[in-house]
Amino acid sequence: MNQIAPIFKKEFFGYFRSPVGYVILAVFHIVLIGLAIFAGYYEGNQASLDTIWTFLPWTFLIFIPATGMRLWSEEKRSGSIELLFTLPIPTVSAVLGKFLAAWAFIGIALALTFSLALTTSYLGNPDWGIIFAGYFGSVLMAAAYLSISSVCSALTKNQVIAFVISVLICVLVTLFGSQILLTIFENIASPGLLDFLGNFSFLNHFQTMTRGLIELSAVSFFVVLTIAFLGINVIVLEN
Amino acid sequence: MVIVDNLVKDYGDLRAVDGVSFEVKKGDILGFLGPNGAGKSTTMKMIAGYLSPTAGTASVAGFDVQKDPMEAKRRIGYLPESSPAYPEMTVVEFLAYVAETRGYRTQDEIRDRLANVIIQCHLQTVQNQAIETLSKGYRQRVGVAQAILHDPPVLILDEPTDGLDPNQKHEVRNLIKAMAEEKAIILSTHILEEVEAICNRIIVIDQGKVRVNETPVEFKTRLPGSSIDEIFREITNSKAYA
Repeated sequence: MNQIAPIFKKEFFGYFRSPVGYVILAVFHIVLIGLAIFAGYYEGNQASLDTIWTFLPWTFLIFIPATGMRLWSEEKRSGSIELLFTLPIPTVSAVLGKFLAAWAFIGIALALTFSLALTTSYLGNPDWGIIFAGYFGSVLMAAAYLSISSVCSALTKNQVIAFVISVLICVLVTLFGSQILLTIFENIASPGLLDFLGNFSFLNHFQTMTRGLIELSAVSFFVVLTIAFLGINVIVLEN
Repeated sequence: MVIVDNLVKDYGDLRAVDGVSFEVKKGDILGFLGPNGAGKSTTMKMIAGYLSPTAGTASVAGFDVQKDPMEAKRRIGYLPESSPAYPEMTVVEFLAYVAETRGYRTQDEIRDRLANVIIQCHLQTVQNQAIETLSKGYRQRVGVAQAILHDPPVLILDEPTDGLDPNQKHEVRNLIKAMAEEKAIILSTHILEEVEAICNRIIVIDQGKVRVNETPVEFKTRLPGSSIDEIFREITNSKAYA
């Protein structure tokens, strides 16, 4: 387990060794804040971050696969994976080190959006409990998206393929149980099946937290999903 | 130090390595020869613990690479073919990363280890450059540096002098020779004089099988008067079409 630290350090600072990390952070920030303002952050006259939370899952859809796509495919393409796995590093430590580094990077991106929370508290009197529940939910949801991206990245040495596949899977898990999917499938699938799929929806679980409700079911959903995908990640790499 | 027993590696229907066995003792430099695709790299990757063998075992300093991979890997310095590294890292950053994974955790220890290998591999002038900006010769030496950083008892070097100019080749050979007394070294190469110059044992591997396992002197007497090149061609060609 103490082999996680060197991997984490290398990966985390790796985001800032090239302009890519800064570009991803800037684009994420501009897009998310832009969408929130466009959707009526000011006009709504509400001291909350609801406009951010509405768009966050959709922004994550692109941002997190972009953050996670390089984790393994880059090592595979350049051959450095051979070096990595001939160093005395257990696969689990390597997976966790990389995952935590990318998660911390996403944490920075989320922390930057706190500017809007400060603006809100300047303009009005927001409920900080709800805001922090929202951030807590965002961080958990990010972990789940990221673990999916990490598996996709381990499956191919092509970053673009890793990106596209993980966006597709992330879109699917986000849409489960959403209004959009319901309208498409209401005539085809049974309501029971749609309800069942709804249990796996990122949107539903995330929305409860943005309302200030930290439910055990939502927390455990994201945590279990993350652990499961990281487990798959280890298996994929060891084969 | 290294015992390889009947290693087999299949890729689907293709048998890349077919029952390779040999032993390397402390003080040995084993030269691994063979045409491209003969199974040299695959064998080395299995000993280094990167690939798992289809059958057979490899052990390093008494630790089975499959059953006890971490202990075995701690005792191996491995230079992969074409020496991959992380292009955006500087030489010092990269070596510090390897040092940390090798268990050196205090700044003093790391600085000490790095200073050592940077001098040994003549990397002083480029130590703060990103690896992607280095010439092939320097990159190769960075690869050697990371392999010897923790002073391992076993060194596995896949084409260590590939891409170096004659002076650099000479230097790397001297470096390997100088370390040989304390270590067991396996190196693969296409340069046959290299084997003559530094190895005390030759293994020729062809189509996944060990064809020859003897000293360079014995090897030379196979076809008296001919060059080591000619003997190599004789062995690998005749078997290929037999």
